[in-house]
Amino acid sequence: MQYLDNIIFLILLVAGFGLFGKSLLKIYRNIRLGKEINRSDRKAERWETMARVAMGQSRMVKRPVAGILHLFVYVGFVIINIELIEIIVDGIFGTHRFLATIFGHTFYNIFTATLEVLAILVIIGVVLFFIRRNFYGVKRLTMKELFGWPKNDANWILIIEFALMVFFFTMNSSDLILQQRGVLAEHGSFPISQMTLVPFFDIFNFDSGFLVFVERAAWWLHFVGILFFMNYLYYSKHLHIILAFPSTWYANLNLYGKFNNLDSVTAEIKLMMDPNADPYAAPAEGAVTEAPSKFGAEDVFDLNQVQLLNAYSCTECGRCTSVCPANITGKKLSPRLILMKTRDRLEEVGRNIDKNGKFEDDGKKLLNDYITKEELWACTTCNACTEACPVLLDPLSIIFEMRRFLVMEQSAAPQELNLMMTNVENNAAPWQYNQADRLNWAKD
Amino acid sequence: MDFTIKTMADYAAEGKSPEVLFWVGCAGSFDDRAKKITKAFCKILNKIGVDFAVLGQEESCTGDPAKRAGNEFVFQMMAMTNIEVLNAYEVKKIVTACPHCFNTLKNEYPSLGGNYEVIHHTQFLKQLMEDGRLKIEGGAFKGKKITFHDPCYLGRANGEYEAPRMLLEKLDAELVEMKRCKANGLCCGAGGAQMFKEPEKGDKDVNIERTEEALSFEPKIIATGCPFCNTMLTDGVKHFNKNTEVEVKDIVELLAEAEDL
Ligand code: SF4
Ligand code: SF4
Repeated sequence: MQYLDNIIFLILLVAGFGLFGKSLLKIYRNIRLGKEINRSDRKAERWETMARVAMGQSRMVKRPVAGILHLFVYVGFVIINIELIEIIVDGIFGTHRFLATIFGHTFYNIFTATLEVLAILVIIGVVLFFIRRNFYGVKRLTMKELFGWPKNDANWILIIEFALMVFFFTMNSSDLILQQRGVLAEHGSFPISQMTLVPFFDIFNFDSGFLVFVERAAWWLHFVGILFFMNYLYYSKHLHIILAFPSTWYANLNLYGKFNNLDSVTAEIKLMMDPNADPYAAPAEGAVTEAPSKFGAEDVFDLNQVQLLNAYSCTECGRCTSVCPANITGKKLSPRLILMKTRDRLEEVGRNIDKNGKFEDDGKKLLNDYITKEELWACTTCNACTEACPVLLDPLSIIFEMRRFLVMEQSAAPQELNLMMTNVENNAAPWQYNQADRLNWAKD
Repeated sequence: MDFTIKTMADYAAEGKSPEVLFWVGCAGSFDDRAKKITKAFCKILNKIGVDFAVLGQEESCTGDPAKRAGNEFVFQMMAMTNIEVLNAYEVKKIVTACPHCFNTLKNEYPSLGGNYEVIHHTQFLKQLMEDGRLKIEGGAFKGKKITFHDPCYLGRANGEYEAPRMLLEKLDAELVEMKRCKANGLCCGAGGAQMFKEPEKGDKDVNIERTEEALSFEPKIIATGCPFCNTMLTDGVKHFNKNTEVEVKDIVELLAEAEDL
């Protein structure tokens, strides 16, 4: 039975990663429900953008307080990953602080000391974030749209991260005392533990057997905590720690003002305007004849894959909503909510597929059942949301596609806009003036 | 106007082509307030002897409001019609005083076959100044407090923040920046076809929020570079009963005033 620990460890490890992989596959499958969009151009620029925005967090620091705290926690995420390597090796082979044998004495000391400093920064970050989110009243973090799961989710993440770091320090502190007592071999340097938990443990003068138990317990909890955290991601806005990378890579690199032109419409208009075109003629060889099933977007299937990826990547930070002119002035529109609702609908569709093998009509749509017309028509297309998003998400593009559906498929624009569009069509101006009068100003 | 505005057709009849096409836009052609901006710009171009033409009756809406409202059909119909006209005249360079026309012509026409150098009037005036063709003495504005409202479709949409500011600085005025400026500028509330409909229900209108911010600096002038922003902010100033104290002006109007045109 001496390998029991190792076996349990392996089972947990495989199960944890297996489940996580399964979640990722599900996300991948769901994103692929969207329409394909070619965003593989300008590769160098894309790598550069991803490095700068996702790794370098260039957009986070625009709000310095949140930016710095976030940096602490982000760096903490990176340590968890480095540390995980050691945990896995130790766990499988029953070694203790395996990296020490590879790194050598001095470097391992530097390594462990650095981890401790980073871990304490994480604790500071997480505690301040918790206070800020729950007691300090930052408007975008306390808005009604976050009530329920989104708010709890955010708090759970902070609590889990806090717990992980506490386990980490408990493990190091008991380890250190045991090393000092000569029970364990001396590896590593633990300045923060030395200053904080070690003196605290010393007061109680625990016997070594108990400390061995504490060290092992903290080690296991830390490990299980990481697996739990990893699997929790799927249910959480925290997915952004992974998806921020593809989202920034696939981001829209065009000027914000440049909206896409629908090619299917272009073909039709060309035909209409060409006096020589015979509408009944057989289509030219190789011509794209298949009309798109629909103009614009009514449901998640009509959105493109980058838009669906965006929905999963949204951190629900609300930076977009806090600068949205419509939202600021009390309208129903919130760009954050556009992405959250898109994700909710996509998840619902995913569950439907899980259950039925393929999507069975559930009588619902993203439009109306999740996102209302009132929200869509309140948008000024000002791009403040896209400018504000720290991970380059584009809620406006979803709003815009849904407007296209309302107008081109349902003719459901507000009456005044119909009037404007008729004017443009008939008078070549949004107002009812005669095109022949266009130069009248030059005469007064 | 005390000089003749020539059209592309006029130039074509003479067998010539102008230095630049001035795209007037629907607001600039029909809206009484915006017409003043159009005229101010023409006066400046005329004064420094820039050869320019307008399309006149051959100009149509760029299609921007229809596009932002979601009507791709009407947009592309307008775009193709305009492109046909522009290409027939072999237009190379277009200047416009409307950021919406500017954005659409510059960014959305190329993939439909319309490739031109498109610039906003503030960019054009900046070029003229850098070339030494336009000189500005800002005496009339010395020390006056001016705040500039960034039009979304010039600023965030196309990244142009400097040209309007550079022109304003030449006026010797005291330029105060609002907290929400440049990339963080707040919309006037007119974009995305909002100009043509009642706003959705809310606590207040966007233009009121924006004007409130501008007025908090007690400026003499709120400057902008878009006919729609101009309307929205003018309404906002009226809402606060400040229209006798505070003026909303397009940058080109200020330049024309400085030149006493
Ligand atoms: S583009 Fe629309 S959703 Fe985004 S900030 Fe502007 S008004 Fe709000
Ligand atoms: S879209 Fe971007 S800015 Fe808005 S909540 Fe999501 S992550 Fe934050």
